Amino acid sequence: MTVLLAATAAALFGIGTYLVLQRKLSRIIIGIALLGHGANVLMVTSGDRGRAPLIGNGPTEGLADPLPQALALTAIVISFGVTALLLALAYRSWLLTSDDEVQDDVEDRDVALHGAPDDDLDGTEGDADRERDDDGDAA
Amino acid sequence: MVGLGLVASGRRAGRAAPWIAALPLAATLAWLGASAGAVLGGAPVTQSVAWVPELGVDLDLRLDGFAALFVLLISGIGVLVLAYSARYLDRGGAGDGRLLGLLVLFAGSMLGLVLADNMVLLFGFWELTSVTSFLLIGNDHTNLAARAAALQALLVTGLGGLALLAGVVLIGQAAGTFSLSAVLADPPGGTAVTVGLTLVLVGAFSKSALYPFHSWLPAAMAASTPVSTYLHSATMVKAGVYLVGRFAPAFDTVWVWRPSVVGAGLVTMLAGGLRALRQHDLKRLLAFGTVSQLGFMVVLLGLGTRAALVAGCALVLAHGLFKAALFMVVGIVEHQAGTRDVRRLARWGRGWRPTTVVTVVSAASMAGVPLTFGFIAKEEDFAALADGAFSYHGLVLALVVAGSTLTAAYSAWFGWGMLGRAGESGDAVSEAPPPAAAFLAPAALLTALTVVLGVAPAAVDRWAGGAARALDPAVEPVHLALWHGFNLPLALSAVALAGGLALFLARARVARVLAWGGRLPSGADVYHGLLGAVNTGADRLTGLVQNGSLPTYAGVILTTAALLTTGALMAGGGWPGWPALVGSAGHVAVCVALVVTAVAAGAVHRRFSAALLLGATGYAMAGLFVVQGGADLALTQVAIETLTTVLFVLVLRRLPDRFEPRVRPGRRLIRAAVAVAVGLMVFGLALTAGGSRTAEPVSGEMVERAVPDGGGRNVVNVILVDFRGFDTLGEITVLTAAAIGSVALARAGRRPGRRTAPEPPAGEELRVRRLVVVDVAVRLVFPAVMVGSLYLLFAGHNQPGGGFVGGIVAGAAVALRYVAGGIDDVRSLSRARPWTVLGAGLLVSAVTAAMPLLFGGAVLEAALVEGDLPLLGHVKVGSALAFDVGVYLVVLGLVLMVFESFGDDPRVPAK
Repeated sequence: MTVLLAATAAALFGIGTYLVLQRKLSRIIIGIALLGHGANVLMVTSGDRGRAPLIGNGPTEGLADPLPQALALTAIVISFGVTALLLALAYRSWLLTSDDEVQDDVEDRDVALHGAPDDDLDGTEGDADRERDDDGDAA
Repeated sequence: MVGLGLVASGRRAGRAAPWIAALPLAATLAWLGASAGAVLGGAPVTQSVAWVPELGVDLDLRLDGFAALFVLLISGIGVLVLAYSARYLDRGGAGDGRLLGLLVLFAGSMLGLVLADNMVLLFGFWELTSVTSFLLIGNDHTNLAARAAALQALLVTGLGGLALLAGVVLIGQAAGTFSLSAVLADPPGGTAVTVGLTLVLVGAFSKSALYPFHSWLPAAMAASTPVSTYLHSATMVKAGVYLVGRFAPAFDTVWVWRPSVVGAGLVTMLAGGLRALRQHDLKRLLAFGTVSQLGFMVVLLGLGTRAALVAGCALVLAHGLFKAALFMVVGIVEHQAGTRDVRRLARWGRGWRPTTVVTVVSAASMAGVPLTFGFIAKEEDFAALADGAFSYHGLVLALVVAGSTLTAAYSAWFGWGMLGRAGESGDAVSEAPPPAAAFLAPAALLTALTVVLGVAPAAVDRWAGGAARALDPAVEPVHLALWHGFNLPLALSAVALAGGLALFLARARVARVLAWGGRLPSGADVYHGLLGAVNTGADRLTGLVQNGSLPTYAGVILTTAALLTTGALMAGGGWPGWPALVGSAGHVAVCVALVVTAVAAGAVHRRFSAALLLGATGYAMAGLFVVQGGADLALTQVAIETLTTVLFVLVLRRLPDRFEPRVRPGRRLIRAAVAVAVGLMVFGLALTAGGSRTAEPVSGEMVERAVPDGGGRNVVNVILVDFRGFDTLGEITVLTAAAIGSVALARAGRRPGRRTAPEPPAGEELRVRRLVVVDVAVRLVFPAVMVGSLYLLFAGHNQPGGGFVGGIVAGAAVALRYVAGGIDDVRSLSRARPWTVLGAGLLVSAVTAAMPLLFGGAVLEAALVEGDLPLLGHVKVGSALAFDVGVYLVVLGLVLMVFESFGDDPRVPAK
């Protein structure tokens, strides 16, 4: 890990975050891809540099660390799957709205503006109680 | 067990149900009778089962004198209540079986409560009684008032239960054990214990409906009569009294104890009595009366002096007898006449005489008229308070007498109302048929007991004495008698009765005075107000934080992650020092390329350009992998990046070309701030984590064992399909899910499969043109690429390659076919549908992973098969290859599925 590599990863994460916070799904997808690239940078550079980890082409010292590479390979392929899924989302959004903007959640906005309904908390007990007590005419 | 069975049987239980329900209680009663002799003599019966010894929680049960008194009440009154319900529930409602089952369940939990010798176990049963009470009150779930009342009861007693748990834990920690008898024998001291005691008292007060937690009890009268009789007069509400009694002898010298107990008890007694005088609903009258009497009991048992303990036990018994009988009679009236409002009841006709007798006698016991057991108990109470073993006893005695005056007054009011003399003419219900003898029998039995014990109270000497002695062994033998001579308690009783009668006779004027008190906020108002405030607060907070906008949610999550991690790093992580600035020249070039393309991808305004720049970023990543020394990785990255770019183009060709700038500058600033925060966090994290390695990396061992154990020379591939095969299995499952998801999203509503050629709308012709040159070139190249992908698959174990890369390269070949001929060309590649390929891959990998189980090995255990084939010579095939084949098929299937989703003609489908 060198300062340069750490800075690169940080830059990728920063740009990715900036894009993820946007409203256009295309930009969000690019942001997620960049986040994935940043994570891969962190992972791969956490292991030692060296020659490609193939046994038989020389001594086993000086080989690159294979475990982070295997993990990064897994991560890359899964990012590909996620990107495919997100693009399907964008496609669907286009089918429905001819654009790929991420809309606000209607239910959440409803609750934020009007509050949730309270049921079952006020039976008729409170009012009926007062009714009975006030009528003190017991004769 | 019986309870659960009854609950499950619902209404099919029929007429025998109450008797089945009564069986366990009758058995308990019999067992109690058999063990009573020894127990009351001072030899408790115990039983213990270890449960969680590490936490000090065991199933300890202990029957001593005090518990025996309560067991008598629970089982005796329980049997009678169930016999009563046989007649009460004869209308065959839908919830009857459930009601009876729950009553039995409740009885079981209440028994556990009084028998528990471990404080945590006691808490467990405490909460069980709260839950069964909740279910019982709300048993008629169509009744809105019942549901609200059940919720109120649960909230109040449940919160009290939490306080009880906290108090129990504090006391248990201070004492070093959770065993109740051990703690009481040697009570700990200290601030923690004082706080714990206060919390325990809060729990007890909430359960026994003392001020200010009392409002749930009158509301709970919405339940049916058996429930009210059993739970809310005789047993459950006495749980708090039980707890106070248990703790009193050991802890009554703690400074919070006496003031809280006596104060709360007296306030409750007086306020409850006053409220009771204002009621027109007979059940609510009894409920407030119960509240008042519970206050009285808490005062007595909480004082902890020897005489007060005896008196308290006597009052518990007396109260159980008369209250249960009164509730039953109210239930009878309601059952027969249809109402329990005094203003609507008329004088009873013939046939009601036995009921009248029962009512009058039990009400007299409540008021403390001589010849009833209630009188005996009251005498003992006054005597105990007059004894003067504590400070302010004169004041307490005076207030208690005032409370008893109120009790006498509302008893008279109750009797008057029950007998139908308070009814306003014109509205009176007078045609009620008298109850059957079996219906009245349980109440009559209780009333008879009240009279018998009132005349010859020596019969329960041993019970009261044994109970009190279990609490404080210094209690002298008890002699309850009807006549102790002319002394102070007798005079006080006379005063109370006379005062009560006077209040009753002047009830019109009293009512006007009391009506003034109706303007004060009642406990129910406080409860509803609190609940409303909590709800409003929750709404406001939710509205603030969850406003529906995705960028807000994502921003909150990322900011929290950044801040928390940075905080943790700065607080705890050791700074390993600045590492080298640059590793090699190659790094500089690659990193600069990465950052530049990433910035550009984020900044451009056109979607296409952004996608292409993202592809460039991916190739720069591949360059980084080459510099780091990952051959497999670089190959895979290049192939995947190519396919990703193709995917982007497939989708983005339909979307508008430009991003419209619509964001306000303020928003942009916030986003930039969050991005900078995250970036800084990652920077710090990378430097700290990168320099903090102290242990040997495990990959050294993997390199050593790759050839002997894994059978391959490409260590990365061996790790993927052998050493860490489970990860890969999970990964291809994720890919399958993603593929299915994307097809489902993209093609929702249209079933893929056999497709007829789409009809071109009028005036528009099909625009799929096949360029001959491209077509021929692709047809030549395609088989070569496929063979290349197969080579990568088979050679991957020893050279750079593997299932992933092979699958992606095959996918690239498919992309070529798409470019040449569109989706139809891709579909014509083979008869297998994309999901078949996908599923086959997953199946192959899963079977390969599970196969060793058949041969007695572990999952994913590697196997090697060697043989000589005619043309190829000596061939070694490992099981890893089969696994890799599965991976290959999954990746290929994913690409095929993706093309299936997006590859159609670029027209908006008609909806």
